[in-house]
Amino acid sequence: MNWPIASRQRAALYQILLVAGLCLAGWFFITNAVENLRGIASGFGFLWREAGFEIGESTLVSFSATDSYLKALAVGLLNTFRVALLAVALSTVIGVAVGLARLSPNWLVVKLASGYVELLRNIPLVVQLFFWYAVITDSLPAPTQALTPLPGFFLSNRGLAMPSIAGELPLRITYPTFSGFNFSGGVVLSPEFAALLLGLALYTAAFIGEIVRAGILAVDRGQYEAAQSQGFNSFQLMRLIILPQALRVIVPPVTSQYLNCTKNSSLAVAIGYPDLLSIANTTINQTGQAIEGIAVIMLVYLTISLAISAAMNVYNRRIALRGART
Amino acid sequence: MTNGITSLASALLLFLLSIASAQVGPTAEGALKKGFIQCGVNTGLAGFAQPDSNGEWRGIDVDLCRAVAAALFGDAKKIRYTPLSAQQRFTAVQSGEVDILSRNTTWTFARDAGLGLDFVGVNFYDGQGFMVTKKRNIKSAKQLNGAAICVQPGTTTELNMADYFRANKMKFKPVVIEKLEEVLNAYFTGRCDVFTTDVSGLVAVRAARATNSADHVILPEIISKEPFGPVVRHGDHHWFDLVRWTLFATIEAEELGITSKNIDQQAKSANPVVQRFVGATGDFGKMLYVDNRWAYNIVKQVGNYGESFERHLTPLGLDRGINKLWNKGGIMYAPPLR
Repeated sequence: MNWPIASRQRAALYQILLVAGLCLAGWFFITNAVENLRGIASGFGFLWREAGFEIGESTLVSFSATDSYLKALAVGLLNTFRVALLAVALSTVIGVAVGLARLSPNWLVVKLASGYVELLRNIPLVVQLFFWYAVITDSLPAPTQALTPLPGFFLSNRGLAMPSIAGELPLRITYPTFSGFNFSGGVVLSPEFAALLLGLALYTAAFIGEIVRAGILAVDRGQYEAAQSQGFNSFQLMRLIILPQALRVIVPPVTSQYLNCTKNSSLAVAIGYPDLLSIANTTINQTGQAIEGIAVIMLVYLTISLAISAAMNVYNRRIALRGART
Repeated sequence: MTNGITSLASALLLFLLSIASAQVGPTAEGALKKGFIQCGVNTGLAGFAQPDSNGEWRGIDVDLCRAVAAALFGDAKKIRYTPLSAQQRFTAVQSGEVDILSRNTTWTFARDAGLGLDFVGVNFYDGQGFMVTKKRNIKSAKQLNGAAICVQPGTTTELNMADYFRANKMKFKPVVIEKLEEVLNAYFTGRCDVFTTDVSGLVAVRAARATNSADHVILPEIISKEPFGPVVRHGDHHWFDLVRWTLFATIEAEELGITSKNIDQQAKSANPVVQRFVGATGDFGKMLYVDNRWAYNIVKQVGNYGESFERHLTPLGLDRGINKLWNKGGIMYAPPLR
């Protein structure tokens, strides 16, 4: 049977139809939304209005209720960055250790590492977050009976209060002191932050551990034998021969773990850490401008994810085999 | 020219026709067509809206929706419920997903004027308070400087608290947790010094969740006005009137002493006010484009405001307080049904 047009042209026609269909559906939803929201405050003008709520903790910048929604969202974003960066770093260290441990010749170390991976990987993250949060708030004493592991350090169910450098000049160190309800002065590592960091890092590390193990196993046995015959000890063998080659296999899947870790930090809202999503939720509630608020959230997470992805791709290209297609 | 006049005349005719047929508003029309009212309620707040052991929604906010169904259909069961979180609630009304939002929602200026919504009235007057553990020996909210305060997001609560502390030149640390279970856990384990929400919520939590309710005190300061009321979409005046007068009818019934139990007896009384209320005389139903016995149906099937309150809120240990009728020392007041 002869078709009137060639198959390539037919394929192009289908694609055009698909795009047109998608555009039509998009147009349908957007005009509906516009119609439904007629006479309702819209636009991003609210970002410059006074927020009116307080935020429990902030990174780098200070925040008060008189600041704008925009600044509140920025504080949330910085809080997301703080926990995500630390969780990514921590999970990499733990993940590599777990991956190596699973390949250890020591039976006990292998079993412990496998147990870790199976346990952490198979329990939903939000459950783990509740667990760590409960452990921290339930098992630590009230601030009046705070533990002092080091002078100037106070550990209680309000977090870890530590001495810090005061923000203004001349630089001096402020020490936390207990007054009234809580510690003032110094810095406080809150239980919410600690629980979220711990949960994220340990959970992501379980996945990274498996990726590291797979990456190392992917290196040809001949490389080990060659290195051993050259007199490398086992540390040098790992550090100089195996890991650099394993990295080529490890980096792409680890990139998606980093992305997951960052996105999973939005579970913070469950345990009360004021991350971007938590602040944006509050903003949506106060202003009633849900579509704009959700748009901000999506845009920010998309930007973060694409940035991480781009950075990791650059790194991947650097470690890839010269001349090989990646 | 003649063409112009004809089209003008036909436009005028159409306009007059549309006035004549401007009976039932689009929301009521839609509800009549689909056979039920879509009612947005809380996802679960004891006394206001919560499914019971049979899966039936119960609460004072639920009763309001049932009353509207009784008025419109003569059948309080013609309802479907949409449980809504604090975040979802306004979008759900704006988009027409629900016909009524009856979800312990505080009536504020910005919500009423800025969100394309209309608050029809108040079915519960509340106010925000603070709860602390008794052993702290705190007598006033003015002593809370520096406290860690547990709070749920998404309400006026966070704003009131920030305003109150700012006005009194005090500092505090909010711990904002979304789920009620988790935020209460944080308070009960001592992560926070204080739990704050509307007083009705504090009373319910203290009664239902504390291991020993005597260990917790609610401080005397009420830092905000929280009038809860049903919300409808802006622009449908008929629906607005129907929901508003349904609410007023329940309050009026209590004032007249008409209850679900005695309404049939009362209907026989010669009192002209009662006669009008039950629809034996007058044509109030017609004005709302519903059955003339609309108010009778509301009280017969759902009960008056006081009955609703006693059924759902009194068992939680909530006092009627300012929600008493205006002539009993409260501020519940319905304009006259005449």
